[in-house]
Amino acid sequence: MLALPRQLRARGVLGINARNTDYVQLYNSRHLYPLVDDKLQTKRLALDAGIAVPALYGTMVTPGETKHFAELVASHDEFVLKPAHGSGGDGILVFTGRSARRRGQYRLIDGSFMTEAEIRFHATNIISGRYSLGGNRDCAMLEYCVRADPVFEHVSYRGIPDIRVLVFRGYPAAAMVRLPTRASHGKANLHQGAVGVGIDLITGQTVHGVLSSAATDEHPDTGELIAGIQVPNWAKLLELAARCYELTGLGYLGVDIVLDRYHGPLILELNARPGLAIQIANRIGLAERLRRIEAKPASASVADRLTWVRAAFNES
Amino acid sequence: MQRRELQVWLVALLLIVAGVSLTYYKHKTLGFPLFPDSDAEVWTVEATLNFEAGQGPIKARMFIPGLTPGYAILDENFVSRGFGATPRYVTGGREVQWARRRAEGPQALYYRAVVYEDPGRRGEDTTPPLPSSPLLAEPFNTAAQMIVEDVGRKSADPGSFTGELLRRLATPEADQNVDLLLDGETEPVAIAETATSLLAAALIPSRMVRGIYLQDQSRRSAVAPRLMVHDGTTWLYFDPATGEQGLPDDFLLWWSGTDDLASVDGGRDVDVRIAVSSNVVDPVNLARRRSEVREGPIAELSLLALPIQTQAVYAILLLVPIGALVVAILRNFVGVQTFGTFMPVLIALAFRETQLLWGIALFSTLVALGLAFRFYLERLRLLAIARLGAVLTIVVLLMLGVSVVGNQLELESGLSVALFPMVILAMTIERMSTVWEERGAGDAVQQGLGSLAVAAVCYAVMDLQVVRHLVLVFPETLLIVLALMFLIGRYTGYRLTELRRFREFVKQEGGD
Repeated sequence: MLALPRQLRARGVLGINARNTDYVQLYNSRHLYPLVDDKLQTKRLALDAGIAVPALYGTMVTPGETKHFAELVASHDEFVLKPAHGSGGDGILVFTGRSARRRGQYRLIDGSFMTEAEIRFHATNIISGRYSLGGNRDCAMLEYCVRADPVFEHVSYRGIPDIRVLVFRGYPAAAMVRLPTRASHGKANLHQGAVGVGIDLITGQTVHGVLSSAATDEHPDTGELIAGIQVPNWAKLLELAARCYELTGLGYLGVDIVLDRYHGPLILELNARPGLAIQIANRIGLAERLRRIEAKPASASVADRLTWVRAAFNES
Repeated sequence: MQRRELQVWLVALLLIVAGVSLTYYKHKTLGFPLFPDSDAEVWTVEATLNFEAGQGPIKARMFIPGLTPGYAILDENFVSRGFGATPRYVTGGREVQWARRRAEGPQALYYRAVVYEDPGRRGEDTTPPLPSSPLLAEPFNTAAQMIVEDVGRKSADPGSFTGELLRRLATPEADQNVDLLLDGETEPVAIAETATSLLAAALIPSRMVRGIYLQDQSRRSAVAPRLMVHDGTTWLYFDPATGEQGLPDDFLLWWSGTDDLASVDGGRDVDVRIAVSSNVVDPVNLARRRSEVREGPIAELSLLALPIQTQAVYAILLLVPIGALVVAILRNFVGVQTFGTFMPVLIALAFRETQLLWGIALFSTLVALGLAFRFYLERLRLLAIARLGAVLTIVVLLMLGVSVVGNQLELESGLSVALFPMVILAMTIERMSTVWEERGAGDAVQQGLGSLAVAAVCYAVMDLQVVRHLVLVFPETLLIVLALMFLIGRYTGYRLTELRRFREFVKQEGGD
């Protein structure tokens, strides 16, 4: 079944063309892209601003440096290997431990094992630009492996759910949580089959789910209901997301946050071209909210912005 | 934002106006055809001068067309083995002079001209001096005076005078003065000559011109005379045989005066034969040659002035923006996913050589085989650049293999595989394998099919005769393409695929 353009307009649904011309191109200066495209740079910026991020264990910038891999992760059983310029979660490996029986075998989140040589090869691939936009040289990052807050445990298949907040000119406009599934191989990426669940901006409760553009009310693997889950620390999480505007200067920003069992909300990465599935997850067209935010002054403080958002986007 | 919108529309409008008006100018004024199949007619006129060479040096001269009202000369050449040919302007118009110190036996000298109809082309427009009265012996002088007086009484101006005069000359038995002057001659040439003398006696400038009728496939065109009479402002043409005024549409004026068409010093049995044939030429070529003759500034800047090989390159290059336009439409309005933005355009260019079905078959085969190798390479753990190089090498080897096998099977299309851009193939394989691994086979195949489909549509559009003709003959149409790109670039509406993607919004609406 197809929707009519008229119907979508009536619901204020933002299309990809409008997103590109009216928001991304207008509010995101090209020269700011490297700040978010390079996750290493984002992390350093965040650390300087005192914004919580997963700890960095080390980087590998040249293929030769991959020989230090074992040293870098020597004191960590769990860690994540990822490209600094990756997109869509491509090229990310999540390790949850080592093999007890064989040395140099690392256990992946899906239970399979990789040898050190294989991991180093993967790192070399990352460095040579396999996962970076345009195939440019990249660097491989090793960082803290987030231990997911148990709140989403019953609606996740392995992996770590992450929360995407769409921040427009510093004002949170919409939010959703992305739950990994068997199909997404434990990755919180909607393209790869993760479930997206809208979150009410005011209450921090999950609402509807979306699985590859279709509505869903339960997790495809666990069968648990996905609506009505209260996200802990919601106020802090929103504030963290809103502060990313000052951090980067990007007007139309997707902020990806993970809920760590021990450290609370952590900024995982920022996205200068956040997708539009967040609309389906919330059943809310973005156009109206974005228009209202557009009319607000740019220089408001973080607290003022959040106060306004709570009043303005109160749907109930 | 409003200003930006306005600016885009203004620039687009300007580009469209510029593109359309340049195209219109070239079409209307320079005569470049808008559509590829409107063939224009040109006439090839060939005059053959045959004679028997005598002893000693030979000097031959022959009139050639110079001033040709209603027609323009596209091309002319002289074929005269052993003779030096010099065209020049003389009193009767133009002539060519052939000279040779010594020749033996029968000789044949050729003049060939290609002419086309050009209604804008006028005849001579200089006002001649008043003629002096011809010196005629009696009784011819008295007869001439009487005819002039008589005709003068029954006419108002040089035009009607000539008409009346020719009418009388056509019926010599009615008037003994006319009969005396003509002395039994009924040939149009003789009538025209007599008319010229009589007009001179009436102080009306006139001259005899001769030409041929451009009628198809006449092996031996008859030379026909015409009488040119100046009425004080313009030249009028009369048929001396019938007295009819005006120049027939198919009359090609050749020379003026009473001299023979050709004469040869040092030769005998002079005979000139004029053959006419019509042929259909590529009107683009005709327009180009025509504009060259006119030396218009736009014509000189034309792509068609470039060497043929360069033109052939541009014939392809100019299609690339058309392909890009198709891709922009399919991606921004429909939302088809492809590997790489303009890869489908390059694939489509390759399809031009292989034909569509073969192209798709070959492309799919190569990508499938390449992918198989690529998955094997993955297991070898190679560095990215070396691996891409390996894929490239394999692609070249595969192409060679397909060509060799195709040749063995006597499939000519197998050879055309060499025209595929191999780097594009290698990149496609690499991208596809990455997508395959990261997003699964479904996404990879979907994007692969998307690329192929877009390439096929690009090919279909770029292969249209009209499109190929338009961009090559009117490259300024690309300004319109540019304007369309601008407008597509400001399209903020939904894509077709989004109507499906966001269908949940409508479902919910129905449920409420």
